[in-house]
Amino acid sequence: MAIPILEIRELRKSYGQELVLQDVSVTLAEHQVKVLIGASGSGKSTLLRCINLLEGIDDGQIVLDGRDITAIGTNADEVRSHVGSVFQSFNLFPHLTVLANITLAPRRVHGVSRKEAEEQALALLARFSLEDKAYQYPDLLSGGQQQRVAILRAVINRPKILLLDEVTSALDPILIAEVLALIAELKGEGMTMMIATHEMGFAEQVADQVLFLHKGLICESGSPSALLEDPQTRECKAFLDALRKAGRL
Amino acid sequence: MSYRPSELRLQREAARHRASRRSTLIAVGSTLLIGIVLTVGITGAPGFDRVRQSFFSAHYARTSFPHVLSGLWLNLRVMVIAEIFVLIFGLLIALARTSKSPVLYPVRLLATFYTDTFRGLPLLLVLYLVGFGVAGLQISWIPNSAVILGTISLILTYTAYVAEVIRAGIEAVNPAQRMAARALGLSQVQTQLHVVLPQALRKVTPPLLNDLVSLQKDSGLISVLGAIDAIRAAGIETAQSFNFTPYVVAGALFVLLTIPLTRFTDWLTRKQDRARVQQGQW
Repeated sequence: MAIPILEIRELRKSYGQELVLQDVSVTLAEHQVKVLIGASGSGKSTLLRCINLLEGIDDGQIVLDGRDITAIGTNADEVRSHVGSVFQSFNLFPHLTVLANITLAPRRVHGVSRKEAEEQALALLARFSLEDKAYQYPDLLSGGQQQRVAILRAVINRPKILLLDEVTSALDPILIAEVLALIAELKGEGMTMMIATHEMGFAEQVADQVLFLHKGLICESGSPSALLEDPQTRECKAFLDALRKAGRL
Repeated sequence: MSYRPSELRLQREAARHRASRRSTLIAVGSTLLIGIVLTVGITGAPGFDRVRQSFFSAHYARTSFPHVLSGLWLNLRVMVIAEIFVLIFGLLIALARTSKSPVLYPVRLLATFYTDTFRGLPLLLVLYLVGFGVAGLQISWIPNSAVILGTISLILTYTAYVAEVIRAGIEAVNPAQRMAARALGLSQVQTQLHVVLPQALRKVTPPLLNDLVSLQKDSGLISVLGAIDAIRAAGIETAQSFNFTPYVVAGALFVLLTIPLTRFTDWLTRKQDRARVQQGQW
């Protein structure tokens, strides 16, 4: 196996009395895509939020590109500038145009000149047929367009890893397809990704490995086809059966 | 095939037309009625002629106008300078109160005490305390001018209001916006500057302008310290003639001065409301 970009070692996290992650260990190699599945409240989002340091952890370690980012005294801003994050609710900045949204971090965090940042952003938008939206405000875009812009905003700095937290959950099926196409294309380019999703079909399509989380534990993991078609644990079977009944699988 | 409006549509349009003509008629009628009642009520009052002579005398309006106008020039300068300082200090206090930095803890404490105190104190009292009290200290480097001390009182009082309005705006920005900015690697300060503040100020522009309108008219209160502003100038004229028309002149000029800002505030509020309706945020 190639050198790991991300190594999570026995991560433990609780909110008050409630244990949300129980000694979770995950390793992610460069260009690898791992997909987290599991019911709401199983700890998928918390795990992602620990990786970009939006949440503090109780015990364990997270090593990003050979460096322990959970060590005391770590500069969180610096770590986050190498980690791309996209959320369920887009969170584009409504007072900035699409172009200004995408160029904000390159200009302010990475010290790229305005001209250069805008050229890069426009090229990126053009590749995903969004160039005509560059000077519009996010309010005027469809949900799918907004989420695609949010993803481009997260990848323009070439992060070491991209975290996607239920990025299609707020969208209708047709808009979901355009967002998933963009993510599939990023995978084709070798982007290392950790994805929390409810879209099983998509998990099957992009995942190198699927991890099933249940009550803060990685209950089962495996290749997408193996895990989705022949789950070994009772919890995973129950979860997939429930999805099947709801017509989501 | 060309479209021909159906009988139903024609009926509907006719009904709408009738309804709109009817509301126009009602509006005109009720305006006329209230106008007549007011005119008869006021002009018919027993003391009307004396009031008209002592408050609305064309002669005294003409003779006092230049004096009142030159007094108003002072009000204008005071309000502009006060507004600039109020916005700067209000912003700084709001930022201090919403920050979580431990270094700023004493500043936050002081700022909370300050806003609580000065929002409660009547402006007139602040004017007396600063204008007479501070001047009475006879500290050499503090100017002893009624205009400067009056302006400082206005700044002290209105900064407290404006700081609270801006703070409300900062707190109204969705926390997810801050989180998204931090996730991009922006620092605390960069997040505040590029993401939170621009949205916060947009949200509170109408109430902010409203406070500035209020400050403009309250600039007339510095006259109690002896500064010769429009109100004081009108008072001097009145003392000579025993006619109150100069006060009415001063009042009319103050209203004229604030109208542009109030209209602008209304326009801006309407524009923001429309934008929200279009985005379906109701």
